[in-house]
Amino acid sequence: MLEIKDLHVSVEENAILKGINLTVKPGEVHAIMGPNGSGKSTLSATLAGKDDYQVDSGEIIFKGQDLTELAPEERAGEGVFLAFQYPVEIPGVSNKLFLNTALNEIRGYRGLEPIDRFDFEDLLEEKAQLLKMRPHLLQRSVNEGFSGGEKKRNDILQMAVLSPDLCILDETDSGLDIDALKAVSEGVNALQNEQRAFILVTHYQRILNYIKPDFVHVLYKGKIVKSGDHTLAHELEEKGYGWIIDEE
Amino acid sequence: MCAVETQPEVEDMLQSTYYREGFYTELSSDTLSKGINVQVVRAISAKRNEPEWMLEFRLKAFKQWLEMEEPHWLKADYPELNYQDYSYYSAPSCSSCDSAPNGESGSDDGSNEFLTEEVETAFEALGVPVREGSEVAVDAIFDSVSVTTTYRKELQKLGIIFCSFSEAIQEYPDLVQQYLGTVVPPKDNFFAALNAAVASDGTFVYIPKGVRCPRELSTYFRINQAKTGQFERTILVADQNSYVSYIEGCSAPMRDSYQLHAAVVEVIIHKNAEVKYSTVQNWFSGEEGSKGGILNFVTKRAVCEGDHSKMSWTQSETGSAITWKYPSVILKGDYSVGEFFSVALTNGVQQADTGTKMIHIGKHTRSTIISKGISAGKSQNSYRGLVKLTSNAEGARNFTQCDSMLIGDECGAHTFPYIEVKNPSAHVEHEATTSRIGEDQLFYCVQRGISEDNAISMIVNGFCKDVFSELPLEFAVEAQKLLSISLEHSVG
Repeated sequence: MLEIKDLHVSVEENAILKGINLTVKPGEVHAIMGPNGSGKSTLSATLAGKDDYQVDSGEIIFKGQDLTELAPEERAGEGVFLAFQYPVEIPGVSNKLFLNTALNEIRGYRGLEPIDRFDFEDLLEEKAQLLKMRPHLLQRSVNEGFSGGEKKRNDILQMAVLSPDLCILDETDSGLDIDALKAVSEGVNALQNEQRAFILVTHYQRILNYIKPDFVHVLYKGKIVKSGDHTLAHELEEKGYGWIIDEE
Repeated sequence: MCAVETQPEVEDMLQSTYYREGFYTELSSDTLSKGINVQVVRAISAKRNEPEWMLEFRLKAFKQWLEMEEPHWLKADYPELNYQDYSYYSAPSCSSCDSAPNGESGSDDGSNEFLTEEVETAFEALGVPVREGSEVAVDAIFDSVSVTTTYRKELQKLGIIFCSFSEAIQEYPDLVQQYLGTVVPPKDNFFAALNAAVASDGTFVYIPKGVRCPRELSTYFRINQAKTGQFERTILVADQNSYVSYIEGCSAPMRDSYQLHAAVVEVIIHKNAEVKYSTVQNWFSGEEGSKGGILNFVTKRAVCEGDHSKMSWTQSETGSAITWKYPSVILKGDYSVGEFFSVALTNGVQQADTGTKMIHIGKHTRSTIISKGISAGKSQNSYRGLVKLTSNAEGARNFTQCDSMLIGDECGAHTFPYIEVKNPSAHVEHEATTSRIGEDQLFYCVQRGISEDNAISMIVNGFCKDVFSELPLEFAVEAQKLLSISLEHSVG
């Protein structure tokens, strides 16, 4: 589904990613771990197509298409979803309106009619229940006055409604207490299926206690320096990143 | 003004531009030649068979105007205007009709002979209901004359007067004389004086004691002819215990020279009465590199004459090359209430200097000001407001909130609040914020599949929500649409 080949990315002329190779198949869960400054968030932002993230060389092939040639909204239309480390607040725009607009734009991109209003209500209710979101949050402005946990859960709700193929979670676990972390993880697990792939970008191992990855990759100085299965995450938890870095 | 249906041929003409209302209607017209002098003032008065007192009013104002100076203190640049280069009267005429236009009501539905086929087609294209059947009652003004006033007869049964200003002069001279120039005297300012001298037409509304007007009343202003100024005068009187919601909309063809719109609105509110006055202004804003667009130099003022009276201004300003407008409330009656809710959006090379004045004279008077300014492109957007609490205004209160939003980095937002407090028991609160549509907010939206244009319009509409919720429903929808159209391509 996703194939990243020898990807080099710079931000404001500073080379951050220096040759990333990664293959993600449908249904797989990949964890990208690494110390601060290793380029984890750059990788997520680049996949989503954020401005200022300059692809210098390499390829990102998603479902047979070169992702780098698509605008961020087109990538979303193709099924790429990024859960943000810091979901933004949009005052005055209700959560519901935001989701309805997003869903219909994505449907439009795929040549589908806008969703029937009542079908949308039903869909939203179903997904909100799945994620145990309090209904009143849907009426409120996007993320405005939400707690940290509510913001992250709101991102997962958007993921559930937009139903993407590739979900990238950028440090979704940061700043969450244990209950919020559990709730978010349960939401993600509920959304796992054979077609959908996940990339979890995280500094800490603890989210991997709740969401079990098929593969763990360690990113360091812009390269994947080690890959393994979920036991690698435990090893990192015990020993820290030092031993891998020393091996380099 | 609420509907957006346009006819196919008009649609074709508009395909190339963002300004949907920018078409010009070809018709025969009765237009005074350019220039202004005493003869022109007399001619305008004569064309309308005006009584002597009205001519006196005009001539006196004209004399005052000659001694005044064009204001240039606003935060907007415009070259000194050549007032001899404008025509001060233009009325559509029917080439195939015999009767000379005289402004009197022709048929039963309130229309007169100025409502020619061409004019009707133009209003239809604009979505303005010039025939009865729509919920709102409309006074439609085309260049210098009112062409129809719908539901006039129905409203009359309740004692409500809803007619054009020129009709009111003929039919209700006592009422007009009682109120004309009492809230905005001709000497008030340069453009008010000019308006008083050459006032073309406008709307006259009187709501009698104890009547709650069953329909929203509205006026739609259309400037069609080139080099013609529009100088309408609107007078709205709400007698004791009455209520009315009044709305106005406006548009003009796209042209490459400035057009002048200098209106005066006077609102008088008696004891316990309430007036809600909403404006959706969408004058042609001009284009970069040309000198086109409407110069919207307007004086609007209300006086809360009686105790417990209430005035509420709501405006959504998206058009005009330059806006110079401060809808104000003089709070004379004790416990009277003044409100001002404003959205002003500037894009391209537009300049807006707008705000309000709240003058507290009565005891325990209250005023609320909520202003949302959005600047995009290379535009300049200023809020200018005065809150004055006189020594008599025991226990008066004001709350002001001024929020500015910047889109892009070539525009400007400015705030000029003036506060004068002469009574120690008064409370004045002022809050102001400036924000920029964040890259982060935009990226968040586009990552969810929402196009940048839609994302901006959604964020801006969210920003303006407090104000739009004050507009009558259909108008709020229209205002949101206009905002979206005006915002298209506002970022790189």
